[in-house]
Amino acid sequence: MSRASRGPRLWPALSLPGTVWLIAFFAVPFYAVAAIAFGLTDPLFRSPIPVWNPLQWQFDHLLGALQRSLSGDLRPVFVRTFVYVGAALALCIAIGYPVAYYVARLAGRRRGLLLALILAPWWINYLTRMLAWVNLLQPDGYVNRVLQSTPFVSQPVDWLGGNPYTVVVALAYGYLPFFIVPLFATLDRIDGRLLEASRDLGIGTVGTFWHVTLPLSRQGLLTASAITLLPMFGDYYTNTLVSGSPSTTMVGNQIEFYLLQTQQKGIGAALVLILSALLMVLMAYYLVQTQRASREAA
Amino acid sequence: MSAGRRRRPWALATFTWLYVAWSLVPVLIAVQFSFNDGRSRTTWQGASFRWYWGDPFASVANDPSLRLALTNSLTLGLFTLLVATPLGTALALGLTRWRGRASRASNSLMLLPLATPEIVLGSALFIVFSELYTVVPLGRSAQLIGHVTFSMSYVVVIVRARLLSIGSEYETAARDLGASRTQALRTVLLPLLAPAVFAAAMIVFAASMDDFVVSSFLSTDASSVTVPIKLYSGVRTSPTPALNALATLLLLGSVLSAVLAWLVLRRLRRDQTDQLAQLGVTDV
Repeated sequence: MSRASRGPRLWPALSLPGTVWLIAFFAVPFYAVAAIAFGLTDPLFRSPIPVWNPLQWQFDHLLGALQRSLSGDLRPVFVRTFVYVGAALALCIAIGYPVAYYVARLAGRRRGLLLALILAPWWINYLTRMLAWVNLLQPDGYVNRVLQSTPFVSQPVDWLGGNPYTVVVALAYGYLPFFIVPLFATLDRIDGRLLEASRDLGIGTVGTFWHVTLPLSRQGLLTASAITLLPMFGDYYTNTLVSGSPSTTMVGNQIEFYLLQTQQKGIGAALVLILSALLMVLMAYYLVQTQRASREAA
Repeated sequence: MSAGRRRRPWALATFTWLYVAWSLVPVLIAVQFSFNDGRSRTTWQGASFRWYWGDPFASVANDPSLRLALTNSLTLGLFTLLVATPLGTALALGLTRWRGRASRASNSLMLLPLATPEIVLGSALFIVFSELYTVVPLGRSAQLIGHVTFSMSYVVVIVRARLLSIGSEYETAARDLGASRTQALRTVLLPLLAPAVFAAAMIVFAASMDDFVVSSFLSTDASSVTVPIKLYSGVRTSPTPALNALATLLLLGSVLSAVLAWLVLRRLRRDQTDQLAQLGVTDV
């Protein structure tokens, strides 16, 4: 009797602590962001006053942030973020695709070793990897020393003083390991007999790549791009570490600035909402594409 | 099988090895400089352990701020592991066996942290602790809560994958032999889950030690500085290889937890196969 009455309740009971935790420390914090973004500002101390009742929400912060993002001083920041992230993603594809393709399909007996080496950066702290590059790119670092030993460069290059190329390459360097692995998984699953059939039918290695391999790896490319784009859009630490200059500021830097270094938390919270909305559009596109792909496969 | 098709793709191979070198050699150089005898992070002046413990003021062992960062990271990782692993395991068990609308809602809530960018989660936690949960001060306790929040989902995903591969047969068998649900859970299911739970715990520890954004948003002063925060603030200002030594120790921590997870996983899996083989079960 006790078994029957206690049984069905055991599983919800086990789920309860974790669910309560997620409501308290994941769902409520997002509501708090809205309460600050749609809240008021103390007229005397300029500190934020959260408004918890949605019926009394004010849209001053959000409209202000939107106006500044679309036509004001934050517009260059948003444009720069899109340009940097787009360029870094292009680099990820240009470098990551050939590497993933080689390891998945052509590496032969070196495959295990290469896979381990490609996974190794996952276990190395992101900031350690950036620290390594900051050391190399110092005015007297190895990179400048090698460059100065060539006849083309006489003065050390200022890599770390607000150079946009350094920021883009650093972003690509930071997120490439996370790009390569999902792409590898997709390329690895492609049935080798399809490629053989295509070559036997006479369209050659290059034709096979364009007409068979690339379309079959589309979903992997999408997943890899989603996995790298989400963190790249919110990244502020890479930028601070390799540049630190206002001339390369991205959206993440502005969020960090307004939330942690000023009293204007309302603007910071509104920027978080704008960034989240942007990323949700990206995620929605990804999910729709994934669903379409799995429907086509079925 | 023409010769052209079998030709080794030298260009691609070279490109791949160059990428591997590009991605790993800088880190190896940074590790090398942690053993530099001089003060420079760019000029090699001979090997020593000066920046680990030799230097009486600026080494990791003797500089109080570096030592604090290291202990903070280790304690935070350990406590996160101790809270997130049981919470996540219980949630995985519950969500796998419990059906219904509430279960589906809870499942979606569990998956969301995996798709939330760190800066969004960090900002949200920072705002909630400074505006609503003011009983919990920003600092180490808020950091612990934040770390548990983003790492619990890892535990659920890992443990649930194992649960689904185990199936419900062993549990049903135990119940048929007269065990209560709780007994079946304790004596059959949990031992079978142990390797996955342990691996999840190690991943939680590594993820917590690795985290920078959430820790940084929830840190107020020097008392809650972790190793990644120290690396972040020191990269452009701190002039000595002690920072490289700190980074090397962090790397060692991640590698150790990965190896430990792998070893125990292998060991437990073998023991389990032995035990089941004695019972006449050959296939788990």
